[in-house]
Amino acid sequence: MDFLISIFSDYTLQVVTAGALILGITSGVLGTFAVLRQQSLLGDAISHATLPGVGIAFFLTQSKDPLVLLIGAAISGWVGTLLINLITETTRIKRDTALGIILSVFFGFGLVMITIVQRMPTATKAGLDKFLFGNAATLLYSDVELMMNLAGLALLLIFIFWKEFKVITFDKDFAQSLGLPVQRLEILLTSLIVIAIVIGLQTVGVVLMSAMLVAPAASARQWTDRLGIMIVLSALFGATAGVAGAITSSLILKLPTGPMIVIYLSVIVLFSLILAPNRGLLWDWLRAARHRQKMHTTTMLKNLLLFSEIQTNPFHPHDIAALKAIGKGPINKTMVELSKKGWAKQYPDKRWALTSTGLNEARRLTEEFEEQFESME
Amino acid sequence: MMTPASEIPAIDVTDLTVAYREKPVLWDVDFQSPQGVLLAIVGPNGAGKSTLIKTILGLIKPAAGRILVLGNRYRPQTRLIGYVPQRTSVDWDFPTTVLDVVLMGRYGHLGWIRRPEKEDYRLAMECLEKVGMTDFAHRQISQLSGGQQQRVFIARAFLQDAPIYLMDEPFAGVDAATELSLVSLLRELKNKGKTVICVHHDLQTLRDYFEWVMLLNVRRIALGKVEDVLTEENLRRAYGGRAAFLMGKGADEKESWTS
Amino acid sequence: MLSPQVEIIILACLTAAACAVVGVFLILRRVALMSDAISHAILLGIVVAFFYTKNLSSPWLLIAAAITGVLTVTLTELIIHTQKLKKDAAIGLVFPFLFSIGVIMINRYTSDVHIDSDCVLFGEIAFSPFNRFVLGGTDLGPLGFWTMGGIFLANLAFISLFYKELKLATFDAGLAAALGFSPLIIHYVLMTLVSVTAVSAFEHVGSILVVALMIAPPATAYLLTDRLSHMVILSALLGMAAALSGYFMAYYLDASIAGSMATMSGVIFLLALIFAPERGLLVKYVLRRWQRWEFPTETLAVHLLQAEMTQADDTEHVVSHMKRHMLWPDEFTSEVIARSIEEGIITKDGNKLILTDYGREKAKVAIAQS
Repeated sequence: MDFLISIFSDYTLQVVTAGALILGITSGVLGTFAVLRQQSLLGDAISHATLPGVGIAFFLTQSKDPLVLLIGAAISGWVGTLLINLITETTRIKRDTALGIILSVFFGFGLVMITIVQRMPTATKAGLDKFLFGNAATLLYSDVELMMNLAGLALLLIFIFWKEFKVITFDKDFAQSLGLPVQRLEILLTSLIVIAIVIGLQTVGVVLMSAMLVAPAASARQWTDRLGIMIVLSALFGATAGVAGAITSSLILKLPTGPMIVIYLSVIVLFSLILAPNRGLLWDWLRAARHRQKMHTTTMLKNLLLFSEIQTNPFHPHDIAALKAIGKGPINKTMVELSKKGWAKQYPDKRWALTSTGLNEARRLTEEFEEQFESME
Repeated sequence: MMTPASEIPAIDVTDLTVAYREKPVLWDVDFQSPQGVLLAIVGPNGAGKSTLIKTILGLIKPAAGRILVLGNRYRPQTRLIGYVPQRTSVDWDFPTTVLDVVLMGRYGHLGWIRRPEKEDYRLAMECLEKVGMTDFAHRQISQLSGGQQQRVFIARAFLQDAPIYLMDEPFAGVDAATELSLVSLLRELKNKGKTVICVHHDLQTLRDYFEWVMLLNVRRIALGKVEDVLTEENLRRAYGGRAAFLMGKGADEKESWTS
Repeated sequence: MLSPQVEIIILACLTAAACAVVGVFLILRRVALMSDAISHAILLGIVVAFFYTKNLSSPWLLIAAAITGVLTVTLTELIIHTQKLKKDAAIGLVFPFLFSIGVIMINRYTSDVHIDSDCVLFGEIAFSPFNRFVLGGTDLGPLGFWTMGGIFLANLAFISLFYKELKLATFDAGLAAALGFSPLIIHYVLMTLVSVTAVSAFEHVGSILVVALMIAPPATAYLLTDRLSHMVILSALLGMAAALSGYFMAYYLDASIAGSMATMSGVIFLLALIFAPERGLLVKYVLRRWQRWEFPTETLAVHLLQAEMTQADDTEHVVSHMKRHMLWPDEFTSEVIARSIEEGIITKDGNKLILTDYGREKAKVAIAQS
């Protein structure tokens, strides 16, 4: 019982919440640049590549000080990034392959290091294992302090180089023409991404850290076309999912933090993809349906006009079956739409005819159509 | 029904409309190509030139319209069309040899599973010889220059041995000398009675290389013999304001279009 | 009877070969990271099937996992198709989601059975010999031999039967479609094979090693050969080499077997990256060093030859001419002279530079070529 009380104590919750908040904001901000620069999977490779660094740092120092382990992680993540660039620049191997090699080989080597380290008398299994899937409940106040310092550094640099990062993200060639040190800026930005990943290692873990970078930014992208707003939204989404996931996993036993955060993130992504105003899929569907219905009614009007030109009586009623044979889509619905607008009239035996306003409208539409193409030319 | 076989259009497209996200790329296009001609499809960027040939091949599904190839609906199995995609659409780092790429032209004849045999290799070598690339047969394709890559593609088209060829910008990114030799290869196809339809973008060389032309800009602007179609009026309709720029390039060039 | 150690090695080699041969097409089709996505996401299929069957060796686990693999591909392509997100972002969203559900289900509900999140990542090839295939009372070896071997043969059969179609659809999807070989069907059949392979391999070596074995050996082979058929065979051999050397590395370090195999596949790749006969960094470096002096020494030889022919015979003049017209700095000029002497193009007589016979030949060739 005492054990349970200690887990639910406010102190733990506070620390966990603060940690997840910092993580969410940092990865939300940095993830925005990663996603916009189409480097979503670079985060995946880097985060996997940090694992050997954790093992080696422990192996060399015998210390479980998070600062030491995270420095090791950052260095090995960095080396991984350099190797990815080396491979893609010097060989014909494509980028996705290079990412895959570094991701899997570094991670494999990390496992080797961890199994070696775990046999050392100074290590307890719990120590390094949390780097795989993350465990927010084991965060200490000192961990959060470290995360805060790193995050502060990263965000400060983003603030200072805001203009420059914006330009190299949108148009690298243009940035080059302005005389900006593009390559050095890119290295700086990648280093900041490494920092964001390192911040998340204890909470989310190596395996799922990439989602922490990609998902908030991908969601934010749906809501806005402005970089500034996108970054704020992305940080907000990251923080929300981070805090929600960390708290849930701290409150419920046997619930790993990383996967829980990813579930919350996925819900945000799905919600944004479908509902975001203007860009959301729902609006696409509605627009398409409206457009389709409009196209159906226009086509039907034109067809009726064509018939009226053949028949002596332009208002001759046509059988719905005949209309179905020449038209497309939900003909019944189309005819009801037309009659609502007063362009068509229903006769007994499911027959329909143009009205005189309908005839004028059909003629107007045809003319408008011709004009549109004249003006296009 | 009474039309003699040789007068059925090679390609007969009626009312073709292709839309991409509710925006028309091709609109109500009618396009008939007679058999045994060299025909260029010309128009500004985004005019739908590549889309048209991809739709004819069935690679893009049209929103409306009818496509007949030699009087019938097209199925790849009939092997009536040989296709030369844009050179840049493939990965030239792919681990394979020149001869292997040319051999792909026989794959349609072979069908599923069956592998190329001695005879296929012999035919492929023959086609490589026609384009003057015999010495390169066993080279890795990444070692070729742009012009050589295009020759390999033409050799592959030769091997397809189809009555109709659709080529997407066969002269893009090749030097002038290679361009001329490619043109003579296309003429050779034509002289054998094949129909060759190319997406082309160079108005300057149009008259020299082709006898038929279709001007396209989402809609069909004009179609016919080059000398009938290349009028200022038609070019202005296809290229809009840019036509004035194209025409103002010099009196002699203008003459070469109209004389 | 084979010893467990030999059995593990054979199984590892079979797994490596099965992964490598399909991996070749993954990297050539630029979907290498689909292997990452699939190998993670299939965990969900395994867990869900386990819930229904309560049996870890049920074939339903394999089937459900393979379906999840194909589902991952489909979901990813669906998202790409909406054009709301780019390809890499779509991959980076779908598989963490499916994988997370799987991990949570394992942690919450199955802590008493022997699948846990560790074995997801590590695999348990060391235990594979315990799972025997017994038919009518006869022990026919570890079950893994039969599943992995069967999948290796199935992959091999598919690749050799449809070799020409795979090659065409990978190299030129447009022509493939125009010739009636649907690239879409070929793509999905390949992805199904990748899923099935990943599922069976996953059990033995864990998700990350599946990625390593599918990508690293084919990428290594890509550095070593220019022929697709050679690339397939070489990949399988390199994968087996990684498995074998990885096993011994794990044995001597007493470390994770899967991790060691992944590490060795990386080491082998690195060796090829540096020492590959045509594309290796070393060859490139040497070639560049060599080419850097090739042109200047040639130029010097040509100028000396011209001076000889015009009877000017004033090499001091030639050298100062080079400095002036080619804008060669003093230091560079002396370096060129030193290299030329080293390569036997010229000899030095006091302050005078004399073209050797070899140098004269070289200069003539250079003139003829220009």
